[in-house]
Amino acid sequence: MYQYNQFDKHFVANRAKQFRSQVMRRLDGSLSEEEFRPLRLMNGLYLQLHAYMLRVAIPYGSLNSKQMHQLAYIAKKYDKDYAHFTTRQNIQYNWPKLKDVPDILDDLAQVDMHAIQTSGNCIRNVTSDHFAGASIDEIADPRPSAELLRQYSTDHPQFQFLPRKFKIAISGSPNDRAVIKSHDIGLLMKKDERGNLGYEIYIGGGLGRSPFVGKLLKDFLPKADLLPYIEAIMVVYNLNGRRDNKYKARIKILVHESGIEKIKQEVEEHFIEQKQNFKQPSDKLISAINERFKLPNFKQANIDNYEIELKQNAQFSSFVKNNISEHKNKDYSIISVSLKNIGETPGDATSDQMQILANLAKQYSHDELRISHEQNIILPHVHKSDLPEVFKELQKANLATNNIGLISDIIACPGMDYCALATARSIPVAKQIAKHFNELNLEEEIGQLKLKISGCINACGHHHVGHIGILGLEKQGKESYQITLGGEENLSMNIGKRAGPGFSSDELLPAIKRLIEAYLNLRQNPEESFLASYKRLGEKPFINALYPKEEKANVA
Amino acid sequence: MARKFIEKIVTANALLQGDVIYFTKQNVWSRNHQDAIIAHTIEQANELLEKAEQQQDIIVGAYLADVFLDEAKTASPLHFREIFRSKGPSNYFHGKQTKT
Ligand code: HEM
Ligand code: SF4
Repeated sequence: MYQYNQFDKHFVANRAKQFRSQVMRRLDGSLSEEEFRPLRLMNGLYLQLHAYMLRVAIPYGSLNSKQMHQLAYIAKKYDKDYAHFTTRQNIQYNWPKLKDVPDILDDLAQVDMHAIQTSGNCIRNVTSDHFAGASIDEIADPRPSAELLRQYSTDHPQFQFLPRKFKIAISGSPNDRAVIKSHDIGLLMKKDERGNLGYEIYIGGGLGRSPFVGKLLKDFLPKADLLPYIEAIMVVYNLNGRRDNKYKARIKILVHESGIEKIKQEVEEHFIEQKQNFKQPSDKLISAINERFKLPNFKQANIDNYEIELKQNAQFSSFVKNNISEHKNKDYSIISVSLKNIGETPGDATSDQMQILANLAKQYSHDELRISHEQNIILPHVHKSDLPEVFKELQKANLATNNIGLISDIIACPGMDYCALATARSIPVAKQIAKHFNELNLEEEIGQLKLKISGCINACGHHHVGHIGILGLEKQGKESYQITLGGEENLSMNIGKRAGPGFSSDELLPAIKRLIEAYLNLRQNPEESFLASYKRLGEKPFINALYPKEEKANVA
Repeated sequence: MARKFIEKIVTANALLQGDVIYFTKQNVWSRNHQDAIIAHTIEQANELLEKAEQQQDIIVGAYLADVFLDEAKTASPLHFREIFRSKGPSNYFHGKQTKT
């Protein structure tokens, strides 16, 4: 687990105090909104359609039960008894009052949490694999590196006024679960031929209005060189990134316009320079960080009860099939708790649910919880003998939806129900689609399918990398939805292709139904996923299903 | 030919609460869309906006929003974004809709 050192504690407490006085000065009129806005954004406070929104960082998605309890308490005390978990491993409160925000920041600081670097043109909250430290396929736990980056970038003067926001993601497993290629920098931990640890580095990925797949910058960087190398990238970006146009300011545009070879060369040159004078973190610091991410003391116990329950309880075995992933320790499991209850808002959890998850983590998961970029909550270390009991508790709390990775496990951004930038709603679309396929009992039949929805071109809902992506736009004063096909989010990341003209809110569900029906008819066998069928057959049959001929004739 | 002017109101968010507010005849702010003063010409609209913007110490981000008038001359929001702003989110019974 991460813990804050004295510097962090002091810094976070100080920031909360500073913000309290900034709020006072805004309220008494000595700060104008123009002056205040950047200050509140630095503390994660946005103004949305109906209220303020506070975005709190969950560094690399890891938290303990005490922190989760505090998040629940804040939702109860200052908000409407719930909160929203986001694709960037943050938590958002949708209804805080300005005067309460300094108190909320104090409450967060008590459990070493804050809203710093969740906004603004700085290095944002570093995101990571939500199975980090637990998954069987992991080469190394990526969180010590993420923590090192966090410490290094927090309040680093050179990185507070970058041309634009900067996002880093890191995966410790070749089965990338952190969508690293959609980030400004994506890091993949790997070993060289001699077994030394290091990173494969991608640069210039991004979603938003101009999506790009990250390009390979470095095949292998030894572990110890991480910070000077990142600094070299930041220097190149700070010097050459465009500041004249907000939409051209991300590093992805620089990489695109200059070409990866030129960037590579410049980074390498600066790296040689950086490395000579770079003040590396001390061995003591590194081992202190590593110490925090030690594996828990796994218990040994008989798992016969688990095997029996699997045979006797169909609901339990279906839950295990969909929501359980393989752990490093063969007697343990990783549980993904779906926040995609059918017909409810993707990513939302009530205070009570957060408390129950905190208690379960404390009792059954070595006090650890994770937030996934797919807006679900993970219990990373659950002994198999405890699984039946945990499942029962989840069922009682309405948290046992067994749809991980299925069509109803939809990522959706807040869209026009909350977001001031939105061009259309996304939440009702997600609810409608999930409900439809659930009612027909078709989710299992359809199998693995990633459907992702954004309420505007900023793509917070990752629609570009959905196998099916939905983008909400406005057309002639009405909500209109564009469908993209064939996106993919792992190391073979691919930007989905626009299928054709948009659909009105009424036409959208029928269109998705036709698309899924076509897939079910076209697939070679039930094991062939939607994406695999799409890759095998190409877009044509799917586009024909979306836009049947007779309708075209009607339009003409 | 000059396009027909679309009637407008001034709206913003309250500084303290963050919620949606509308500028009224009395130069104060109301939580209720129906209380908004309506501008019938572009000159009136700009004048209203200027007046509203003088109250920066209690509001954030004032702007003009289009409305349409029914037969009783009651103004309703024209754009769906403004309809949502006047009601609250559609996924929960929260915000303004709970008060009417
Ligand atoms: C309502 C407050 C929000 C605002 C104002 C906002 C704003 C933005 C903007 C302007 C961009 C485009 C940046 C660019 O391409 O340069 C963006 C991208 C993004 N946001 Fe949000 N967003 C909000 C909420 C969210 C939420 C709720 C999530 C998670 C569910 C999220 C996750 C992301 C992600 C993953 C990206 C794309 C990655 C990239 O930067 O290329 N945002 N956001
Ligand atoms: S994609 Fe657009 S609508 Fe959705 S949260 Fe991001 S900025 Fe808002």
